[in-house]
Amino acid sequence: MMNRMRALALGLLGATSMAVPAFAVDLDITCRCVIGGVNSATAQWLEEKVIPAFEAANPDINVTLNQFGGEDAQLTQQLALDFSTGAGPDISAFDGFLIPAFAAGGQLKSLDELIGDDYANWEGWNHISDGIRSIMSYDGQTYGIGLGTDVRMIFVRKDLMEKAGLPADWQPTSWADVLDAARKLKEAGVEAPLQLNAGVAMGEATTMQGYWMALLGTGEGVTDENGKFIVESQGILDVLNLYKTVYVDEGLGDQRAQLLADGRNRSFANFRDGKTALLVEGDWFYRSVTAPGAEFEVADRDNVMSWAKMPAQEPGAAIRGQDFVSISGGTGFVINPNTDTPQEAWKLLSFMMSQEQMTAFQEYQPGIRSRSDVAIPNSPFLTETSQTLLPLTTARPNDPNYNAVSQEIQRMTEAVVSGELSPEDAMAQYKAAVIGIVGEENTVSLL
Amino acid sequence: MTTEPLATPPKRKTRNFALLSNRAGAAFMLPAGLLVSVFVIVPFFWVIFVSFTNRTLIGATALNPQFVGLGNYLALFDPATFFQRGQFGFSLILTTQFVLASALLGQALLGLLLAWLIQTVPPWIKRITETFVIAAWILPEVVIGFAWFAFLDYDNGTFNMLLESLGLPPGDFLLQQPFWVIVVFNTWRGAAFSMMLFNSAFSSIPPSYFQAADVAGASSWQKFRDIGLPLIRGHIVTDLILITMWTFNTFTPFLLTNGGPSYRTELVSIYNYRVAFQDFQFGKGAAVGVIMMLINLAFALIYLSLGRKRAPK
Repeated sequence: MMNRMRALALGLLGATSMAVPAFAVDLDITCRCVIGGVNSATAQWLEEKVIPAFEAANPDINVTLNQFGGEDAQLTQQLALDFSTGAGPDISAFDGFLIPAFAAGGQLKSLDELIGDDYANWEGWNHISDGIRSIMSYDGQTYGIGLGTDVRMIFVRKDLMEKAGLPADWQPTSWADVLDAARKLKEAGVEAPLQLNAGVAMGEATTMQGYWMALLGTGEGVTDENGKFIVESQGILDVLNLYKTVYVDEGLGDQRAQLLADGRNRSFANFRDGKTALLVEGDWFYRSVTAPGAEFEVADRDNVMSWAKMPAQEPGAAIRGQDFVSISGGTGFVINPNTDTPQEAWKLLSFMMSQEQMTAFQEYQPGIRSRSDVAIPNSPFLTETSQTLLPLTTARPNDPNYNAVSQEIQRMTEAVVSGELSPEDAMAQYKAAVIGIVGEENTVSLL
Repeated sequence: MTTEPLATPPKRKTRNFALLSNRAGAAFMLPAGLLVSVFVIVPFFWVIFVSFTNRTLIGATALNPQFVGLGNYLALFDPATFFQRGQFGFSLILTTQFVLASALLGQALLGLLLAWLIQTVPPWIKRITETFVIAAWILPEVVIGFAWFAFLDYDNGTFNMLLESLGLPPGDFLLQQPFWVIVVFNTWRGAAFSMMLFNSAFSSIPPSYFQAADVAGASSWQKFRDIGLPLIRGHIVTDLILITMWTFNTFTPFLLTNGGPSYRTELVSIYNYRVAFQDFQFGKGAAVGVIMMLINLAFALIYLSLGRKRAPK
């Protein structure tokens, strides 16, 4: 009896293992993209174009897309834990500013080390500029392939400006201009006229779209020219006072949106619903958030929505003596350093980033892509903004500690916009926290 | 476990009730022992070890952590920042307030009150009350967390809808009074345990005591004060220590407020989570974990010593 059972079990085991093709490989991709939700276009492109075409060309590889619907910071947390324990998807969407921290921590391997020749000889590198390639690089090594870069600006609701008696081609030249416009809008009945991101819940969107965009206007950056983190300065104080004016003293912005867990979506909804007229964001806001069919679609967008350059505190006071500022980042895809099948993962990643698939992506979400052989879409918005803002733009420090410092920046802004701390006290706590992260020798005080 | 009768005649063999030989017993214990050491004892010492390093999850110190001695502990107890918002001392004080308000006052008092009241009501009211209170206790945390979040939401929450239908102004509770929200939440959530414990304690008091008091014309309050309370004193001490430990370690308020806004609900367990898994500072997070373990150990020792004092009677 026992022998028969054993024979049966062995037979079943053999039969099931025979049923699976000998060389089948499963690949997982994760991105913060959900069909019908956030970054819907990316999810649709992967699900409808990339995966079917790739599986048709490689019948022995099965690809699964994991649509992650949480916040950016939650995906970062997940990937940091997954990549350090040998788990996680084979390929993941990834924000370029995290590359240094992950690379230095061993959570990513350079493509040179992981892939080798196939990576070095990829045809795509002939069509991707060094500047774009550096977004997904650290210390001379490339860790992923970027989709493109972006620029930041003030998005404007023209209909609300008109209501407040402001010109349709409004272009502020100082912070005072922005505040004046916000005051007029408020008087005209616009509930929360200005959105400058703050607080912990928005994560890096607070640092990039809010803090950086203001700080650059004072002529400073987060680090000085030697790469030391600035922990005390007039610029930081001015930025924090700007936040205080907007959210605490004059109620020119939606304070709750900065404090709530889903505050960023709330700020988008405010813009869509005509409660906010001026919103500082990246071109992603145009390409994805307010695009037709998206959750925060702005009705009659072409007539209602325009953009303005973010001004310096005073004309000429911005970084490099500029009158206007912008900052750029970029996202792309990386390969899990612990994947069992790096060559297959690379095959998929390079396939996604091929000219054919990038061109297909333009149908879902027109944008300026990393590949120079992908045509620039016929979109006046994209061509104008990139031509105007790319010459003005700045990049974040390529530093493994940047992410941790950025979290402290988010906390500093939250302390001020919640009305809990004065700008001076918030900066003092920021100073102590940053010294704790990078050590006193890597910081500098400009006061 | 074998227990020996106290007055055993000296000649009798001690292993009078063993089912297995020592060796067989050890063999049966081995798998469990291995599991416990792999999943409890080894991580325990690993956490203590990590707390002496500056290990992080990402960044340069992930691969090359350095030994920093007591550095993490000294930083946690640095007098210059200890009481600042978002620092260890701040969240320790917040947790103490939380335990006092929601466990010792909220859960224990509410539990005691409910247990006393349901002694005298008709059985069907007693059963309904028990069902509701216990339901609040046994429902999964995530379900409860989301339900409360949805209930208290400013824009679309049920509670504000009720207030407005009564003509009252809506309240932004999760942002304006986050601390009191989690206090009320934890009271609601945990009162069932105290109620059940006190209920069974009250039931163990012989009914004749109360009948005699009734004959003497005692009021309900007098019966409670002079008969009920003194006879369940031991249960009260047990209850207070257990709910203090549980409330000290609870993480569920995170589901309502994320520890915010601006650290205003950052209990030590949430602080520990943030340091270790949001800021990715494993070394510092491990140090917080070690301190929390010590605090829990103190509670556990008090609890055990009380139990031992009572047992020999």
